[in-house]
Amino acid sequence: MTDVIIAGIGQTPVGEHWEISLRSLAVQAIRAAIEDAGGLKPQALFAANVFAPNFSHQAHVGALLVDYAGLAGIEAATFEIGGASGGAALRQAYLAVKSGLVEAALVVGVEKFTDAIGADLETAAATETDSEYEAVHGLTPTAQAALLARRYLHEFNAPAGGLAGFPLTGHINAAGNKNAMYRKAVSLETYQKAEMICEPLNLFDIAPDADGAAAVLLSRRDRLPVDFPHPIVRIAASASVSDTLGLHDRPDPLTFTACQQSVEQALEKAGITREQVDLFEYFDAFSIYAALSLEAAGYAPRGQGWKLAAEGAIARTGQIPCATLGGLKARGNPLGATGVYQAVEAAAQLRGQAGTNQIEGAKVAMIQSLAGPASVAVTHILETL
Amino acid sequence: MTENKNLLKPSRPVGIVGYGAYVPRYRLPAKEVARVWVGGRGTGLPIKEKSVPGLDEDVITMSLEATRNAMKRAGVDPAEIRAVWFGSESHPYAVKPTSTIVAEAIGAAPHVQAADMEFACKAGTEAMVMAMGMVGSGMGRYAIAGGLDTAQGKPGDALEYTAAAGGAAFVIGPADESLAVINAVYSYVTDTPDFWRREYQRYPEHGNRFTGEPAYFKHILAAGKILMEAMGAKASDYTWATFHQPNAKFPQRAASLLGFTPEQIEPGLLSPVIGNTYAGAAIIGLTSTLDVAKPGDRILMVSFGSGAGSDAFDITVTEKLLERRDKALKTQDYIARRTEIDYAMYARMRGKIAMK
Amino acid sequence: MEIARHWRLKEQRYNLTGTVCTKCGEKSFPPRRVCPKCGSETSAPFTFCGRGEVYSFTTIYEAPTGFNETAPYTVALVRLEEGLLVTAQLTDLGNDKPEIGMPVEMVTRRLRSDGDERGMLVYGYKFRPAVV
Repeated sequence: MTDVIIAGIGQTPVGEHWEISLRSLAVQAIRAAIEDAGGLKPQALFAANVFAPNFSHQAHVGALLVDYAGLAGIEAATFEIGGASGGAALRQAYLAVKSGLVEAALVVGVEKFTDAIGADLETAAATETDSEYEAVHGLTPTAQAALLARRYLHEFNAPAGGLAGFPLTGHINAAGNKNAMYRKAVSLETYQKAEMICEPLNLFDIAPDADGAAAVLLSRRDRLPVDFPHPIVRIAASASVSDTLGLHDRPDPLTFTACQQSVEQALEKAGITREQVDLFEYFDAFSIYAALSLEAAGYAPRGQGWKLAAEGAIARTGQIPCATLGGLKARGNPLGATGVYQAVEAAAQLRGQAGTNQIEGAKVAMIQSLAGPASVAVTHILETL
Repeated sequence: MTENKNLLKPSRPVGIVGYGAYVPRYRLPAKEVARVWVGGRGTGLPIKEKSVPGLDEDVITMSLEATRNAMKRAGVDPAEIRAVWFGSESHPYAVKPTSTIVAEAIGAAPHVQAADMEFACKAGTEAMVMAMGMVGSGMGRYAIAGGLDTAQGKPGDALEYTAAAGGAAFVIGPADESLAVINAVYSYVTDTPDFWRREYQRYPEHGNRFTGEPAYFKHILAAGKILMEAMGAKASDYTWATFHQPNAKFPQRAASLLGFTPEQIEPGLLSPVIGNTYAGAAIIGLTSTLDVAKPGDRILMVSFGSGAGSDAFDITVTEKLLERRDKALKTQDYIARRTEIDYAMYARMRGKIAMK
Repeated sequence: MEIARHWRLKEQRYNLTGTVCTKCGEKSFPPRRVCPKCGSETSAPFTFCGRGEVYSFTTIYEAPTGFNETAPYTVALVRLEEGLLVTAQLTDLGNDKPEIGMPVEMVTRRLRSDGDERGMLVYGYKFRPAVV
């Protein structure tokens, strides 16, 4: 079968880009990825975006972006799968190239939160929940995570602040990522003093919504430019699994079943074990999601995921390095683009281009993006050839 | 004795098959109002404290809970209810009935009459008399009638000390199914401008001391006296009595003038601890009395609504009360569920802070 | 205005009416056409008793549009006596601190206005601490 290669990667800094529009942000990332791939031209563009229709009053993002990126005429589509949009668009590009029907496909994730302010942000975020049975009761994604966190701490007797290790690790790692939103380590004391947002989640348990765009250009090995300058990274596996949208519809809300199944499928397709994974870019939109994802991925037993962070196992030198360039918490969470940032960062690690944050000898990376509380989990395994 | 032809008595005997009360959780002490508006002058406060509805409560939600309590006690098939009538001066919609929502929610829709009544503080007993007419005429087996309010007094006005939230609902049905039979009603109505609220006005106006003798006392005493005379009864023939209660003092004085003792009005006298629930005030006194009454007890209830009028009810409790009383929360269960708030929180909860 | 989408759900919202699978007896709220347990497509309406206990809860301070009037408010996952979870607000908390395991009962309250103060009022289920 065809190897699907990450031919090019591009990203903008994550943050509040008041002066840059949705399309300009995306075009920056697209052009960077094409340049990184030595000018390889895609035949399809798969855009990942969640809130352009709400915040920028813009649907048809895919068509808009191919035009403004100078790619008019190629296939264009937009994917909205909540926080898993980036992973889902990556998977579409992977399927397209893997099938042989498309030789080069570009994935771009873009999100533009600063086009809206105030209650509109929470209102839009609430559309990610079940509108008629969750949002109508005032529930928001942050509250969903808080419900899980409270139950988790209660059921597993984890200490208050037991989730602190996740944001702390993210902040340490973001210090070495020039594209990260918060490039500063945070002390445990700062974490403990932070304001509660949705108890038991404080300011640091919640990844900041932010503007950003990231792009990945996928192609076949035989289509790479002859002078392709980078170590070759391929997508070894792609898996996407869904779960209920409403949290209340799950027999056990504290098990991220979709996470678990998509990791199992991805490992099996890649023909590796989880111990062979050198780094895991989990989806820490909330610290509790990092804990539940690690448990679902099989790195910790049920109820023990928080200890991996507390005990340093997810640090860059730990047993399973996570959020190696800051994760959602410290790099920032440009929702629809986040899954694409994960691919860009994992590719950088595998190419040996992660600078001070380089995981030595990294050959296999697992990335996972989640829609809501793992209502969809998309897992990819990247490896060096 | 010749029957007084002014009595309201249906051709088929009727009564209360089920009853239910509702009082919201929050309480504003009268001294809080005094603290903010009259420098804390605390003598002569009309009540101790009044009930205040939560931010998500209104006459619709309160009517529904009172009705659910009444239906639990009645144990009747909601499909057999032919009318749902609620009286209030604070229906949340100016146009769109409270009663249709209650009817739908309890499963009485669609084969049902539904309308909202308005007659200041006696809209609830108006609805009850209408329900008696429907059941007593044979037009329907059961009818639901109630009165609840989330009353508002102008900030700093005398009414702000007492304007409260709560009320009651009743399933009216055939006397032989009733936990209390309504023997007769007498209504006494005149054109009296003691209290009103004009269209689009937020707060009512009132006639200060004019609300006393020519309004409250004239109508309550006349209605009570004429009914008792017509029934050939004296105050001592009744076990209990309950009156419209705009404050603590008026109902006690009315009771005394009609010859009732403090003991007779004790279970129904709620205004000191929940305030004036307007359309709910007389009838929540009745639910509270039914909560403690015994079979055979006779109850006099007299409502008063500004504008003005009174409905006087002569009621006899039956054996059926004992088996139904504990099937729903009692009036005192709600009163005991109490959280005190200060004037600032009250001002927010009652929408008294200008937001735009 | 979103009149129709609230109106069509009134029965479930007022009374917590879901479905019961006529094949396997699995109860569902929200109501479902396809049974999540056995896949059968035959179901009947089922009204839940409205009693349960708090599975988890949190308080929302930054509210979406339509909920600012009542913010801060507490949302919960409630484990119903029939066994399933439902998402709803906790109300009438007074000064009480909610707790996991706290017994609660369903009440019907205002959920929100459809739009501003001119809009339709949306009523539905919430849960309060069990009164007695």
